[in-house]
Amino acid sequence: MAYIPLDESIPGIRSLLAYFPAIEPAMKGLMQTMMRQDRGLNKGERELIAAWVSHHNHCTACENIHGAVASHLLGWDEADYARMIKEKAGASPRLEALLALARQVTCNGKKVTPEQIAKAKALGCTDQEIHDTILIASMFCMFNRYIDGLGLTSRDTPESLKTRAQHLAEYGYGT
Amino acid sequence: MSFIDLKNDLPGIRGLMAYSPHTAKPLNELAEVLLRDEHNTLSRGERELIGAYVSWLNQCFFCQQVHEALAGHYLACPIGELDQIFDNLGASALPAKIKALLFIAGQVQTGGKSVSQDQVDAARHAGASDREIHDTILIAAAFCMFNRYVDGLGTWAPADRGYYVNRAPQRAIEGYIDFDLYK
Repeated sequence: MAYIPLDESIPGIRSLLAYFPAIEPAMKGLMQTMMRQDRGLNKGERELIAAWVSHHNHCTACENIHGAVASHLLGWDEADYARMIKEKAGASPRLEALLALARQVTCNGKKVTPEQIAKAKALGCTDQEIHDTILIASMFCMFNRYIDGLGLTSRDTPESLKTRAQHLAEYGYGT
Repeated sequence: MSFIDLKNDLPGIRGLMAYSPHTAKPLNELAEVLLRDEHNTLSRGERELIGAYVSWLNQCFFCQQVHEALAGHYLACPIGELDQIFDNLGASALPAKIKALLFIAGQVQTGGKSVSQDQVDAARHAGASDREIHDTILIAAAFCMFNRYVDGLGTWAPADRGYYVNRAPQRAIEGYIDFDLYK
């Protein structure tokens, strides 16, 4: 049960946007801009960073949906995703370096070190990719807190998650 | 010195916004709705205070200074007094409602799951509405984003606190949408 009267039959953050429609253009704009492009990081990698940060913030609702979208886009099954989240198994050195940055951002922006940035750059990460990784990680530190801070619970089932993930993977966040 | 080449020498989030205008737009729209929209029973000063407090907890110097100076401007309170409030919120003479909301914001800073029913009940008891509780949580969450964006990319910030205090009256007039990033 959420701490304030929300329509929890609407899945995920959409119930919050329904409660407070004034932020919908900004939130959707942010999501479309950062999650729905393939320049540098592809859409699947962006969703993986979102799931990774949500996992470390223990925000199950966000991890479940963004993990499912990432898996859909990257062609993974549940076991592939679980191995990636637990051991970064299957990540290229470049992606591993970016996930390490996102992990630090999850704790606090100040935890990112010049050495980590140098390592990411040495592995071929561009300035734009580093920027996008840190902004996506920061965004999910907001979304996770917004959802969990209001005590929102997910009513998703494995089936509904799959359907929603497929829809988001195909159509994005603008609709 | 920022971790990436921002192609400008603007401080804090302004350097990031000049580097990435397409993300600056929704970020500024969010700040405008959360901190300045007039359809809100929390004053602009109270909302800036929440942003400043969370930035202080996250030790994000740039965001703390900008928003503490704005809070001080709106609330007609010297930043030295706001420092003392942040240092010992429990002992401060703030009205009960804003104090209870700042406690919730502090919990959000540590993690969304840290917010408890007891704290929400305490805020309601002190007169906070559902919408005010919602806005507090969202403002706190948004500053957990802004702070990380600013610090995670290693942006620089003017060290002199007077810089931010002097800019606050003009920033209060301009808001977060119609302002010149380069001024």
